Amino acid sequence: MAQAAPSVITDEMRALVGVDGPPVTLEVEKTNCRMFARAVGHTDLIFYDEDAARARGYRSIVAPPGFLGTPVFRPGVAAQGPPGAGRGYSVPYRRVLNGGTEYEYFPESDTICAGDTITAVSRISGFEETEGSLGPMLITTRETTYTNQRGKVVAKMRGTMIQY
Amino acid sequence: MTHQVFFEDVHAGDEIPQLRKNCSTQQLVQWAAASGDFYQIHYDRDFAQATGLKGLIVHGALKNAFLGQLLHDWIGEGGQIRRFGCSYRGMDEPGQDILCRGVVTKTYTLDGRHYVDLDIWTEKPDGKRTSPGTATVTLPGRA
Repeated sequence: MAQAAPSVITDEMRALVGVDGPPVTLEVEKTNCRMFARAVGHTDLIFYDEDAARARGYRSIVAPPGFLGTPVFRPGVAAQGPPGAGRGYSVPYRRVLNGGTEYEYFPESDTICAGDTITAVSRISGFEETEGSLGPMLITTRETTYTNQRGKVVAKMRGTMIQY
Repeated sequence: MTHQVFFEDVHAGDEIPQLRKNCSTQQLVQWAAASGDFYQIHYDRDFAQATGLKGLIVHGALKNAFLGQLLHDWIGEGGQIRRFGCSYRGMDEPGQDILCRGVVTKTYTLDGRHYVDLDIWTEKPDGKRTSPGTATVTLPGRA
């Protein structure tokens, strides 16, 4: 059994676990819903046509599965990027892999539709270290909560980032 | 839309209708614009090869979104996606089939809602699963 690599998880990082990051504003626009649906290859018209969406009881064009809005971009200001990215600590690994993503929806609360403004708040759920075929790795899991302009939680996203 | 699937007709072990994808490089650029992921390994072959890849690779999040479509198309107008996601375990290339599949693992009713849990994944033509994941949907009952 090889000696485990020394931990890269610092007290500073541990202190961030469970702490909400700054809120990020996301806009859900008709054209973005359509672009997302077209890129995936969706054929259901609720993702493209407002009348079709309304006929099915939705407020407007529906955000396709996995689309949670577009961060507001301003020239000269660093992109808001994926909520919660780069939160004031550094680790001695240079390479990053997106390990996976899970979306949770709350349709009884509300459905994400075009015209919505979403506030996303992200927190680190935990850090974990493993030794893989690529060497020692740090696995960071985050959970982001998406709340719409009506104050309804409409989605949560859990993401896994692998640094090695 | 396709016909409505009902909770009573779904059982553990059932496979849901497959969805076959095959990304053109144009589709990867559409996805980059739609998702805001502009990492060049997905559309700049020279860049991708300079990082040690054989060539362009399909975005993991796009494969996840394909699984979202797989579920959306299966559950019909009366169903709801509650949860879905996958791990990004292997790479897929543009121009090669990506088969999206799902198998029911559990069916149950809670607080009057009919839930279906599934294993979902994308696989390459050789059967290797590149994006294994799970999902929970609700379906209408016949009653």
